[in-house]
Amino acid sequence: MRITKPIQSTAGLFALALSAFAQTTMQEHPEAYPRADIEYGARLYSEHCDRCHGANGAGVAGINLASGKFRSATTDGQLRMVITNGFPTAGMPPFRLDIADLTGLVAWLRNMNAIDRGSLKPGDPARGRVLFEGKGACESCHRVNAHGSRKGPDLSDIGTLRSAGYLERILVDPNGQLLPINRPVHLVTRAGKAYDGRRLNEDTYTVQMMDTDGHLQSFVKADLREFKVSTKSAMTSYKGELKPDELADLVAYMLSLKGAQ
Amino acid sequence: MFFGRVAVVSLLLAGSVAAQVTSQSLLEAAKEPRNWLTYGGDYSSHRYSALAKITPANVKSLSLSWVYQSPVAGSWEATPLVVDGVMYITQRPNDIVALDAATGRVFWSYRYNNLEDPRVCCGANNRGLGVLGDKLFMGTLDASLVAVDRHNGHQLWKTRVAEARAGYSITVAPLVVKDKVIVGVGGGEFGVRGFIAAYSVDTGKELWRFYTVPGPGEAGHETWLPCPPNSKDYCDPEAWKHGGGSIWVTGSYDPETNLNYWGTGNAGPDYNPAQRPGDNLYTASVVALDTDTGKLRWHYQFTPGDRYDYDSVQVPVLADITFQGKPVKAMLWANRNGNYYVLDRATGKFLLGKPFVKVNWMSGFDANGRPIQTPQPVGQPTYPGMQGGTNWYSPSFSPRTGLMYFPIWEEQAIVFSRIPVTYKEGSGFGGGGFQPYVPSADDPKKGIPNASGVPNLRRGPINDWTDAAGHGAMLAIDPATGEAKWKFRMTDVTDVGAVTTASDLLFTGGREGYLQVLNARTGELLLKRNLGAQMLNSPIVYEAGGRQYVAVMAGLGLFVFGLPE
Repeated sequence: MRITKPIQSTAGLFALALSAFAQTTMQEHPEAYPRADIEYGARLYSEHCDRCHGANGAGVAGINLASGKFRSATTDGQLRMVITNGFPTAGMPPFRLDIADLTGLVAWLRNMNAIDRGSLKPGDPARGRVLFEGKGACESCHRVNAHGSRKGPDLSDIGTLRSAGYLERILVDPNGQLLPINRPVHLVTRAGKAYDGRRLNEDTYTVQMMDTDGHLQSFVKADLREFKVSTKSAMTSYKGELKPDELADLVAYMLSLKGAQ
Repeated sequence: MFFGRVAVVSLLLAGSVAAQVTSQSLLEAAKEPRNWLTYGGDYSSHRYSALAKITPANVKSLSLSWVYQSPVAGSWEATPLVVDGVMYITQRPNDIVALDAATGRVFWSYRYNNLEDPRVCCGANNRGLGVLGDKLFMGTLDASLVAVDRHNGHQLWKTRVAEARAGYSITVAPLVVKDKVIVGVGGGEFGVRGFIAAYSVDTGKELWRFYTVPGPGEAGHETWLPCPPNSKDYCDPEAWKHGGGSIWVTGSYDPETNLNYWGTGNAGPDYNPAQRPGDNLYTASVVALDTDTGKLRWHYQFTPGDRYDYDSVQVPVLADITFQGKPVKAMLWANRNGNYYVLDRATGKFLLGKPFVKVNWMSGFDANGRPIQTPQPVGQPTYPGMQGGTNWYSPSFSPRTGLMYFPIWEEQAIVFSRIPVTYKEGSGFGGGGFQPYVPSADDPKKGIPNASGVPNLRRGPINDWTDAAGHGAMLAIDPATGEAKWKFRMTDVTDVGAVTTASDLLFTGGREGYLQVLNARTGELLLKRNLGAQMLNSPIVYEAGGRQYVAVMAGLGLFVFGLPE
């Protein structure tokens, strides 16, 4: 009887966060790694990994990262763990990276044998900032480091919370990617006063929101005449509004937003 | 001397006659409604109290009597016991605290020092105690069982049940029957081989052990099929050795049949059935064991070859009902897999199976009560989700209303992933993972791909899943048909069971942190109180000093309510 060994998950099939068992984060997305993640990962690889592993991934004797096979990791989750914990005894330090960075690095490691790094054009954060504050008019709804509106989510640390791929997707498909908590709400009190804004929390009896003026509001549902949650994002798509290079720049800027250090 | 004096005061307060908890008092626990003597309130696990001083008419004046704050952070899943005015609780990691049930003041506390670093999947939980005579019994995170003098908190004996380094733990409240204290082991996420075992209440000596995963030569072992030749998938020829079937919620006992009943946990690894082909008995099942010998009398498997982490660790509710015109000694079971079941508790015969939430992992039952499974394609949502249509939360059965009550999660789905995993002692043994299904605002039939930012297991005071990704409810059903009688919908999900009373009140809570009192006949909300943190256990009802109380844990607080003096 032949027993096959645990197979390595095919590159591109699984992207798993840390952990091996039930109560921890794991993700699956059957589609290929987003290009934005690969590009971001390639840049991070240059920053963090080149020095020892070399640009081609073969800088450490006996290890070829570009081979797509790893001694101590089969799944993406295990790859993330190796990066996070390092191998201190073998000289590899732990890298405390956030979700966006780990997602990018793994995407690059999984693709460095297939993609020529020279062909990648990662966005430019500085140009992205100009777009964010100018043509994109992002600050009319979002806030970064104490500048801009509070209408939409504060993006000061968005670069630690969302992967490059997700950021790119939500810029071009804001409705499809809109997380339920961010769905716009419209409500009218029994006294007839109307409020619009973004839901912050809700329970069976009450709802909390940020209104369009940036004020915190809390309502008892029994006191409302009307309470509607829209399925349309308050943000319109940037598809067509921004060129692909500009989108990449904008994503690069958002990835650089790592919160107050 | 100090303890003696306090004990006397406490007895006077309680106006009690019984000074002992005997086997007989456990058998007739329902007749001592001032006390709460077992995890489920009585051996039938009805979580029903004959107390009726708090009524639909006066419940609005219910007020906070006292609060006890746990000094240890972490979710609190314990059910207290109450004996003649003294409340016994467990708190993390394995403390026992004895309090005056009327004031919340502490008599004594006992700390068990876990010798090994416990390996538990989901926090340092303990769900409560067993009691008999002068002894309290507690399972520990490092898989031991201790007996403690309930008058002064001194340890009387300790027995090692299993090896913590191999991922075994005990989080379940023991079931005490006659001269035996019965526990099972947790560790379904670590590849344990589950078992239920009985120990002498006097000495802690093991009297019998039943493995929920049978070994070679034992009945049921044949359901761990040989690996197919030339399989392209990883398959483990010795999968049964780490086949799961953990026990983490207390079973029930029927003195007429002398059977004790336990729900068993998921097969190991949780999500990858390809490496353990077959039905994987007796995982995700109910087992009926002879209480004297531990021999299996019957079993029923709710989820054969479970691939969804559908632990069947629900509390077996034993009730005599009229089913299709005939009296039946029934077992009522709302399962994590989304179906409500009626079984004959003497024989295990399948009488009824009916979904109470959206179910797409199966399409119905065959003539023998076996589910016809319909696994969903890769990347597609499975209903109910990994946390189930319900879970370990205690149901309630009211003999007055004749209804069965349990909390449910509606419209909550999970996208599972499956990855081969090799067993390594004490290491996580999941074999995949899960991601909540979050419907796209554009098209609810489509999920948001890789919805980063949506946590797998949301906890805490902000409902950022929102009800777009599922919500909770308390459901009342006719136990003979599974038909819903009423439903109390909540915006957030709920992990809180129910307790009902002879005044037709139902007490429950939820993640939102409200203690909610409902009319048990109609589901009407009679009272709510915001306790400020999610509840993770089920309320109990008791009496001390002639006053009726309801106790519930929320966050790190044990809140006790009563009518104004």
